Amino acid sequence: MMEVVRLNELEIGEKGKITRIRNRGEISRRIRDMGVVPGTLVEVETKATLGDPIEIKVKGYHLTLRGHEAADVEVERIQGVK
Amino acid sequence: MKEITIALAGNPNAGKTTVFNSLTGAHHHVGNYPGVTVEKKWGRIKHGDLRIKVVDLPGTYSLTAYSLEELVARDFVVEEHPDVVVDVVDASNLERNLYLAIQFMEIGVPLIIVLNMVDLAESRGLKIDTTRLSKLLGVPVVPAVATKGKGMKELLDVVVNLASKKDEWHPINISYGNELDRHVDELTGMIQKSSLKIDHYPPRWLAIKLLEQDEQVQKLVRNSDIGEDLLKRADRLERHVRYTFDDVPEGLIADHRYGYITSVCREVVQRIMDERLTLSDKVDKALINRTFGPLFLGGIIYLTYTFVFWTSEVPVSLIERLFGLAREVATGVMPDGLIKSLIINGIINGVGGVISFVPLIMLMFFAVAILEDSGYMARMAFLLDRLLRYFGLHGNSVLAMIVSGGISGGCAVCGVMATRTLKNPKERLATILVSPFMNCGAKLPIYALLIAAFFTASEARVMFALTILSWGFALLTARVLRSTLLKGPHTPFVMELPPYRMPTLKGLFIHMWERTWHYLKKAGTIILLVSIIIWAMSTFPKPPEELVSGISGKEKAQAEVSYSVAGRIGKALEKITAPLGFDWRINIALMGGFAAKEVVVTSLGTVYSMGEVDPEASGVLSERIKREPNWNPLKAFTLMLFCMLYAPCFVTLAVIRKETESWKWTGFAMVYATVIAYVVSLVVYQAGRFLSIGM
Repeated sequence: MMEVVRLNELEIGEKGKITRIRNRGEISRRIRDMGVVPGTLVEVETKATLGDPIEIKVKGYHLTLRGHEAADVEVERIQGVK
Repeated sequence: MKEITIALAGNPNAGKTTVFNSLTGAHHHVGNYPGVTVEKKWGRIKHGDLRIKVVDLPGTYSLTAYSLEELVARDFVVEEHPDVVVDVVDASNLERNLYLAIQFMEIGVPLIIVLNMVDLAESRGLKIDTTRLSKLLGVPVVPAVATKGKGMKELLDVVVNLASKKDEWHPINISYGNELDRHVDELTGMIQKSSLKIDHYPPRWLAIKLLEQDEQVQKLVRNSDIGEDLLKRADRLERHVRYTFDDVPEGLIADHRYGYITSVCREVVQRIMDERLTLSDKVDKALINRTFGPLFLGGIIYLTYTFVFWTSEVPVSLIERLFGLAREVATGVMPDGLIKSLIINGIINGVGGVISFVPLIMLMFFAVAILEDSGYMARMAFLLDRLLRYFGLHGNSVLAMIVSGGISGGCAVCGVMATRTLKNPKERLATILVSPFMNCGAKLPIYALLIAAFFTASEARVMFALTILSWGFALLTARVLRSTLLKGPHTPFVMELPPYRMPTLKGLFIHMWERTWHYLKKAGTIILLVSIIIWAMSTFPKPPEELVSGISGKEKAQAEVSYSVAGRIGKALEKITAPLGFDWRINIALMGGFAAKEVVVTSLGTVYSMGEVDPEASGVLSERIKREPNWNPLKAFTLMLFCMLYAPCFVTLAVIRKETESWKWTGFAMVYATVIAYVVSLVVYQAGRFLSIGM
């Protein structure tokens, strides 16, 4: 089952596959430069104390970004993976 | 002997600095790229019969025109035309690291890839076929472990080999998909047919950048004969792409670059082990845990300070004793007179106060280098970003504020330098402006003196309150600045959390020494000058004989000070400072504090006719002040607040000038802080008097 959600809606430990990047301008460029591109797998590793920023694992390394910016990244939630 | 230039590039945390250090040793120079605050390092080495100049480019993930670092790296490569670009790549993180390499290849520079940390990659179960990688990319690939110096000689051999060929640049063409390729070709054709010749920029690269709406390239072509035409066409194509793909061209281009890289990686990377949690991941499970992360943060900061103060205690007191000895010798051997007074009061006391702080500052830099090199600093920013964003700052502002004295005892000089990690000029400026509010090491003797005199019953509580107040003032001021003078959007917080790494001792020492030398050079000269000026101001003019004829010793000294320029200014200022409860003697001390805050204590000592007072051993002076009839706890507290907030010391101002490259902001930093100090002190003192608190 494929369910498209926003990246910041994934719980800690959940994985997803990036389907679309809706951010624009500088932030679009920066996250893509860091490897957040469609087709890539991401896993939410942790969230900071106040729930923001979040840490994701992408292309084998750890990346942090704010919830606000993660909200424009659409992912397909991958079910059954913890 | 022939000399060639190589540029060292790479992602942050790819080990670029380690490669640079192990290539050039300690023989390198630090400066700024002209016109920008990005640090430039370079060094010269010899290899065979060739002299090689190694220029360290700023660490970047990409070569867009968004950040200063990226622009600097790109400009250097295209305009300075280095003979070879060496791209340091983290082998355990190949996909993302190759993204930069691909962009260098698109410009066409002669490129060498250093595959760094191959040992780490292997321990994580990755095997990389370097020969195959080299063949696929058409670029020499040198495996290396820079921390152990492995692969460095091979690298230099390849550099020499490549440089001797003196090839033309060969930009590679990556396909961005049919539609986009057509647009790129169209623009490339226009550029090639035109008379537009922009030095070394390959036409296709210019076309790509125009499609990406790269502002710098737009400016570059605007003034050519087909400039307007070209920009209009690029604009139309860009809109078309947005319409048909519902995405921006630069996004699609990035996606295709990564697509290409993924296909290359699939062929050269072999996973020989399943992915496991690395030790670094396990450590992070605790250190940035939602609940325990902040606790660890507090603990680690506390430990850092304990370490710095514990280790610096002996060297600091040693240097102080040395200066004490110098003072004694000078007192003993020199005849009384102006020269003696200049050397003892002006030079030894003034410079000594600053030099004795050098071990503390060195160790502070050392500790900061450990936090940075180990990778923990990035975690601190991660943990605190949310809180700081509320006040208009950025996660990375934390470092500057803590180093400045966020936990009492730092130094704003180091803090201001530490703001370089902030990319957004407004967030950076706001951080620079509020960092001096923190309780730096020089303010501590002032607090110690006044607390010992008036708050003996609640020492710890007052100290804690001062810490909280300094954070409060800094954060609130930041918030005000960011919504008025420095209004602007937040910068995105997109940051890599690098794996924890054991810092190398060599790297730490180089880091520490670079910054300490900066401090010594800039600080030493200014402090010396200011010490002499202040000495002169409180010595001249000499009072006429009849004024001091009947008195001697300390009373005479006091009369002389009060007659001097400094004394007169102090008295003139009483009109302004009387509402704060400050008399002319405090005014003189505060004037001295402009040079360095420690001077407040020594000056108070002088004007309260106690002769030389050691700022660390202020017990006697505190007894004396306590007995003064016009002193009370309220006045002491007001003075502490004033000292916390008013103008940063001269060394800090010099660094602010250097970092902001603006006299205007330097002046602002001095004036606005003093105004805030005045207003806050006024409110506190008058409210205290009205409510009869601490009278």
